[in-house]
Formats: sequence, structure tokens, C-alpha cells
Amino acid sequence: MRQHHFERRYQKSWQGLEVGLHDPKARLGARFPEQYRQLCHQSALAKHRRYSPQLIDRLNALVLQSHHRLYAHKSRDKSQWLRFVIWGFPRTLRKNAHFVTCAVVLFLLPALIMGLLCYFNEALIYSLMPPEAVRQLEALYDPAARVTGRERESDSDFLMFGFYIKNNIGVSFRTFAGGIFYGLGSVFFLVYNGLFIGGAAGHLTQLGYTGTFYPFVIGHGAFELTAITFSGAAGLKLGFALIAPGALRRVDALRHAGREAVHIVYGAVLMLVIAAFLEAFWSSGTHWSNAAKYGAGAALWTFVLVYWFFAGRTDGS
Amino acid sequence: MSRIPLDTQYQVETPEGIDLEAALAGPVVRILAYAIDLILRSIVLTVLMIVLFFAGKTGMGLFLVLSFLLEWFYPVLFEVYAGGQTPGKKAMQIAVVNDDLTPICWSPALVRNLLRAADFFPFFYLGGLICMALGSKFQRLGDLAAGSLVIYREPPKAALSLPNRPPRSPQLSLSLEDQVAVIAFTQRHGQLSRARQQELAEILSDVLPCGSDQAVGHLQGIGIWLLGDRGETTSL
Repeated sequence: MRQHHFERRYQKSWQGLEVGLHDPKARLGARFPEQYRQLCHQSALAKHRRYSPQLIDRLNALVLQSHHRLYAHKSRDKSQWLRFVIWGFPRTLRKNAHFVTCAVVLFLLPALIMGLLCYFNEALIYSLMPPEAVRQLEALYDPAARVTGRERESDSDFLMFGFYIKNNIGVSFRTFAGGIFYGLGSVFFLVYNGLFIGGAAGHLTQLGYTGTFYPFVIGHGAFELTAITFSGAAGLKLGFALIAPGALRRVDALRHAGREAVHIVYGAVLMLVIAAFLEAFWSSGTHWSNAAKYGAGAALWTFVLVYWFFAGRTDGS
Repeated sequence: MSRIPLDTQYQVETPEGIDLEAALAGPVVRILAYAIDLILRSIVLTVLMIVLFFAGKTGMGLFLVLSFLLEWFYPVLFEVYAGGQTPGKKAMQIAVVNDDLTPICWSPALVRNLLRAADFFPFFYLGGLICMALGSKFQRLGDLAAGSLVIYREPPKAALSLPNRPPRSPQLSLSLEDQVAVIAFTQRHGQLSRARQQELAEILSDVLPCGSDQAVGHLQGIGIWLLGDRGETTSL
């Protein structure tokens, strides 16, 4: 068959497809898969018969668009995210418990060591941050400054909320992304954050600011510190896939690890949003006694740990 | 995938047994697309800052949240909901797809855009650029981890117009290669200058049964005949 006849014969069905594909929301109907198979056949014929490149290009473009439409990965399940929160996230964490454990150690060990060192040596904090930053940190938790006890206005609460979202989730994303350098970036961010947080805690404890510092951090810390550690674990998973890819090529191992690691990041983002809410609207409030804050903090920590260890053990699918 | 080492054509075989082809987008066009996106985002951020500045501290809080979303989720949302194209990519006619040429979905889009932080290392996407230059498919680190590609997506071409010539049967036997060449010559009549067409047709003036001044028309007639138009029907 000559190209001229070939084109004339199928022109109508191609035009029909082109119109249908033009509008991404239009429903293509039950005949679409069949039309697509026919189109594939026609495209193969056109190539085999050496029809002109223009026609082959046109058919190739049409095949590509139809392929996109037919094979779009769509989730029909609207309650997917709920299932993820209740079952998926804690299960993914437990499945990757060794990475989470590594991340916890990489964060906690420098924090403890630096905390103890700063507790016993009041000058050590200056090796970690500039004097200006130390002064700001001290002013923030100085009990004397809080004697006035005036409640912070709600609009500055919201300002802090924005700040925590931008800053903390950004840190979490960078901690994850650093993992692609054979895990080194994640290790760096975990240790770095551990040193800073540990150092600050040790220094403030040594100053005797415990009554202002710990009630403030205990509540949102349950979500914030764990979420940063989890995104570190996700980064370590990426890095480990490159170090020990097993039977796969490094690129493929990386991709497999990435698919699962990003689930941990989803969860970490959710936790950091909760943490930002708590930090901005609850932790800074002065209505509550320290005992109430410790109580709530303990409850939140228990919740996070119970969630991590026990949620999703029953079959949810 | 491609057997020819220096080629930006990318092929995947579908379950239907046909090869899908796409042209990979290189660093330059991607940098330009990124630059357009960067400018757009900066404009939006500036406008937001000015507007929200008047809303006091709540406004600044809102600004921080929005700038966070714009920084990390601008590419993700556009890639998932606008067919793999941010406005910059759309302007440069490129798009992000999975490496089986299916449309990109949430997880890969998120992975490739979160890893921008790694591609940015040590400064201004130098790492990503080196990674793109080293690979055969122009993938930066984020693309490698997500299994995504950036390809050209050209707008649909206008229907072909053929020169208005009476079909002529060739007087010689033409090999398949010759036929393809003559057809291509005919179909590209709009793209080639008159002088160039003349020059090309004159190469064949020895074997054509007409003078060199009519060679172009004669050859185009053969092309139309080869495409299957025998002249017996004048209207479709």
C-alpha cells in the first residue's frame, strides 16, 4: 500500500485521537486501548514500509501521547494518605530499622558528648558558635527576661510557625539529599545537628536555665528531633544503596532505595509540620505550668514511640 | 539504549512491541528553563513580600510558609499536574518523564526535586552539571535516583503540504533508498530554498528526461506519484 492510500485510510482515526488527546481531561472512552493498539500497529507498518519521516514522526508523537495517557500512574484510592499514616509510615520505618538506628546513634552520640562537655566546660560553647549567637541563645531562655510573663501575641506565633516550617523542613530535606554522596551528607548533617543541639542544651543547663529551656523543647522535640533523624535515615538508605548495591547496578539500587526512602521523607514532613505547630503555638505559651508542659511532652514522646514500634502491626490492606 | 554512542535519541520498547522515541534535552536548554523558572519565582516572591509586608507579622509568617512551598514544591506540583512541565520547561519545550517515557508521578517527582539540594552542591548546580555531562542520558543526581529523564516535547506539527504538481511515473526503476530520497525531497519543498532545490535536482539532470530548468517540477511529480497519488482522483 502506498503512503497516500495509507494516510487516507487512517486519517480519520488519527484525527479523532489527536482531538481526544489534546484535552487532558477528556475521557477517551472504552475503545481507547483498542485504538492505541491499532495505532501501534499502523506506526510499526509505516516504519517497516519506509514511509516518509514526517508521517512516522507524526505517528510516533501520537503513540507517545497515547502511551502517556494509557499508562499514567494514577491512584484511584482517595484514602491512600490515611493508610500511609496509620500503616505505611511506621512499617517503612521498622523495615529500615537498621538505618534508623544508625541515624539515631549518629545524632544522639555527638549530642550527648557535646552536651556533657558543654555542661562541664562553660567556654566550650564558643568553639561551636560565635559569641553573638551564644548571647542570643542565652537571652532566649534567660528566666529573668520571662518574669514579666506576658503572653506573646498570636501574630508573632504565626511568624514563628512560618520560620519553623521553612527552616526545619529545609534542614530535613537537605539531610535526606546529602545521602546521595554515599551517605556522607546525611552523616554530616546528623552529627552537626547533634553537636549543636547537644551543645546548646549542655550550655543552658550549666547556666541553670533548665526551667525555661526543657519545658519549651520537650513537646515539639518529640516530633522534630525524631523527624530530622528519620530523614537522616532515609538519606543513609540512599547512600548504602550506592556503597553496597548487591546484585543490582548502582543506579538501579539507588532507584529502589529512593522509592522507599521518599516514603520516610513524606512521614518526616508530616511530623515536622506537627512539630512547627507545637513549637509555635504550644511550646512558647506561658499559660501552662512547667509540670503541664513536662506532662504533655512525656505524652507526646510516648505517642511517637508507641506509634513507631506498634502502629500498623495488624494487617491494614 | 541507543547503539550509536553519540546520539540524543532515546528509545524504549513498549509492551505493544513498538519503539517509542524521544530526544533527550541537554544541559543548556535545561539551564535556560531553570533560569526562566528562577525569574518567575523571584517575581512571585517579590510580589508576595510586598503584599504580605502590610499584613504585619502574620503576613511575614505566611510569606515564609509560601516561600518554603515555592522553593521546594513549585517544580514538584508543576511536574505532576502539568504534564512534566514547569513554566520554564514549557517555554523551552521540554518535559520530565519517567525513564519508560510514562508521565512522572508524585514519588519520582519529589525525589528528583528534593535531590536538587545535592545537585546544587558545591555551588550553583555544578555537581548536577558534572553528573549530566558524565552520563549518556543527561541525568543529574536527582534524575538518577528518581529514574526520570528530561525530553523534548515538540508541539504537534502542521499537516504536510505537498507541491501542486501532476503525478509522474518514474521512467527508471528506483531502489528503496532512491524512493525515500525523492519523497523526502518532495515533502521538504517548503523548507528548501528555490535555489537549493534547483541545485539538488540538477544532480539528476542526466537521468531525467527533461531539461534542467524543469528538473525540480519533474522530480516533485515523481515524489507525489511514489507517495501513491496516481492523479486518477482529483478530489478527496
